[in-house]
Amino acid sequence: MIRAIRLVQRNAIVYRRIWRGSIFVSFLQPILFLGAMGLGLGSLVDRGNSSLLGGVSFLQFLAPGLLAATCMQTASFESAFPITGKMTWYRNYDAITATPIGIGDVILGELGWMAARLSMVASAFMIVLVGFHVPRSLLALLAIPAAVLTGLAFSAPIMAFAATRKTGGNFNGLSRFVITPLFLFSGVFFPISRLPLRLRMIAWFTPLFHGVELVRGLTLDRLQSPDWIVHVVYLIAMLVVGTLLSMRTFRRKLRA
Amino acid sequence: MPSNVEPLIRARGLTKRFASFTAVDTIDFDVHPGEAFGFLGPNGAGKTSTMRMIGCASPVTSGTLHVMGMDPAIKASLIKARLGVVPQQDNLDTELTVRENLLMYARYFDIPRQIARSRADELLKFVQLSERANSQVESLSGGMKRRLTIARALINEPEIVLLDEPTTGLDPQARHVIWERLYQLKRRGATLLLTTHYMDEAEQLCDRLVVMDRAKIVAEGSPRQLIERYSTREVLELRFPDDVRAGLNGQLDGLAERIEELPDRVLLYTVDGEQALEQIHMRAIPLESALVRRSTMEDVFLRLTGRRLVE
Repeated sequence: MIRAIRLVQRNAIVYRRIWRGSIFVSFLQPILFLGAMGLGLGSLVDRGNSSLLGGVSFLQFLAPGLLAATCMQTASFESAFPITGKMTWYRNYDAITATPIGIGDVILGELGWMAARLSMVASAFMIVLVGFHVPRSLLALLAIPAAVLTGLAFSAPIMAFAATRKTGGNFNGLSRFVITPLFLFSGVFFPISRLPLRLRMIAWFTPLFHGVELVRGLTLDRLQSPDWIVHVVYLIAMLVVGTLLSMRTFRRKLRA
Repeated sequence: MPSNVEPLIRARGLTKRFASFTAVDTIDFDVHPGEAFGFLGPNGAGKTSTMRMIGCASPVTSGTLHVMGMDPAIKASLIKARLGVVPQQDNLDTELTVRENLLMYARYFDIPRQIARSRADELLKFVQLSERANSQVESLSGGMKRRLTIARALINEPEIVLLDEPTTGLDPQARHVIWERLYQLKRRGATLLLTTHYMDEAEQLCDRLVVMDRAKIVAEGSPRQLIERYSTREVLELRFPDDVRAGLNGQLDGLAERIEELPDRVLLYTVDGEQALEQIHMRAIPLESALVRRSTMEDVFLRLTGRRLVE
C-alpha cells in the first residue's frame, strides 16, 4: 500500500509544470465569486430577514457552501478525463501495473493525489475567506479537511466510472445532469428549507448537501452534534463505496 | 538446453478462456535462462494472451504456470519486480520527458534515486536516445518511442524481458536498430521472450521458438530445426502467365519434394532451386518470373497451417 505514494509522486511531477497557473486560479475563482455574489448579490439579500440564513450575512452563508462545491467540481473534473486518459487513451496504468505496483495501489495513489490537490484548492479558498472575514473561530481550519472529504466522496465513484469510458463524451452529461444540479440545489446558495418538501427530501439525500452543511458548520462554528456525524458518515460511506467500485472497474480493465 | 536446468518459465496445460472463446488452449513450454524464446504466429493465435499471463496482467484460466519458480496468481508483485515488459502498443507516460519516463519507472520499482539516475543515463545511451533525454515523448518518432519503451523495461535489470511484437509497425531501418539492440541484450545474458508475426524477426533473434496457431502450439524447435523439419533448404518461387498457369496440369510433377499452389505463385520446395529451374527451362514452360531463395519461417508456417503468415 506504501507503493501508492509513487502515483502521488508521478502526478506531482506533472503538476509541477502547471502549478503557478493552477494556484492562481484557486485564488482568483473564490475572489470573483464572493465579490460578485457575496458582496453584490448579498447586499440585496441582506436587506431581508437574515434569520433564515441563521443570523449571518449572505456572504458568510454562501462562502463555505462555495468552498464545498468548488472541491466537488475540482474532484469531478480531475477524476474524469485524466483517469480515462491514463486508463484507456495512453494506457499508463498498464505500464504502471507491469511493475510491482498493484491495482489497489493505483487507486489509493490517485485518491491520495486528489486529496493533495483538494487540500491546495481548499486552503487557497480558506485564505480568501479569511480575507472576507468569514470564519468565526479556529474551528474553520477543520473546514479544509471537511471540504477535501467532500471532494474525495465525488472523486472515488467518478474514477470508477471514468475507468470504464472509451471517450470523454459522457462527462458532459455528468457535468450537466449531476454536478450542476447538485451545485444549484444542495444548499450552497440558499438553505434547502426554502425548497418545497419533496425537493427538500431529495436535496437531503444528495452528497453535496452533507458536504456543504459540514463545511459551513465548521466555518461558522455552529455545528449541531448529531448532524455533523451524519454528514461525515455519509461522505465517508460514499468514498468507501466509490473506492470499492473503482477496484472493480479498474480490475476489469487491467486484469482481463 | 540440458533438461536438468530449472526452467525460468514453465507452462503445463496453460489455458486462457474469455467468455466466448479460448485464446490459449492447453499449451506446454519451458523457457531456459539466457534463451531467446519466440512465439510466432498470426494475429489472434494467442501469443499476446500468453505473454500477459506470464507478465501477471491476466489470470490463468487453467493449467499451471511458473515464472522464476513462482505462481503469478500469488506472487505477482515479486514476479513483476524481476520482469521487463515491452507491450505491443507503447504506453509511455506522455506527460513526462524521455528521461523522466525512466526515472519515474525506476521509482515504481523502488529503485533508489541515485541508482535510477545512473541507470537511466546508461540506458538512454544503450538505446541511442541520450540527445533526446529532455524531449517530450510526443516529439519522438515511432522507432524512438519503441526504443524508449525497451529502455524502460530494462530499468530494473530484469531477469526476463517480455517483448510483444517489438518491431511491428516500424520502418525497416528502425527495425534493424531494435534487432541490433536486442541482440546486444541477448549477448549480455538476458532471457528474452518475444512474440512476432515476422518470420525474419524470429530467425534473427530466437534460439528456440514455438509456432502458435488458433490457440495451440503446432511446432517447436530452433529456426534451423523447424526449417529442416517442415521445409526444404531452398524454395523456387514461380509466376506464370495466366493462361499457362491454367494449363499446367501436373507439368511440374517430380521437380520438387513438395509443391505449394498459392493464388499468385507456385512454390517448389527443393534442395536445389537452380536445378529445378533449369529443368523447367528444359521443359520449355513459359514463366513470368522465377526466384530461388532460402527457405524461411514463412514456409514452415505455410506447411504447418496451410495458410500464409499475414494479418
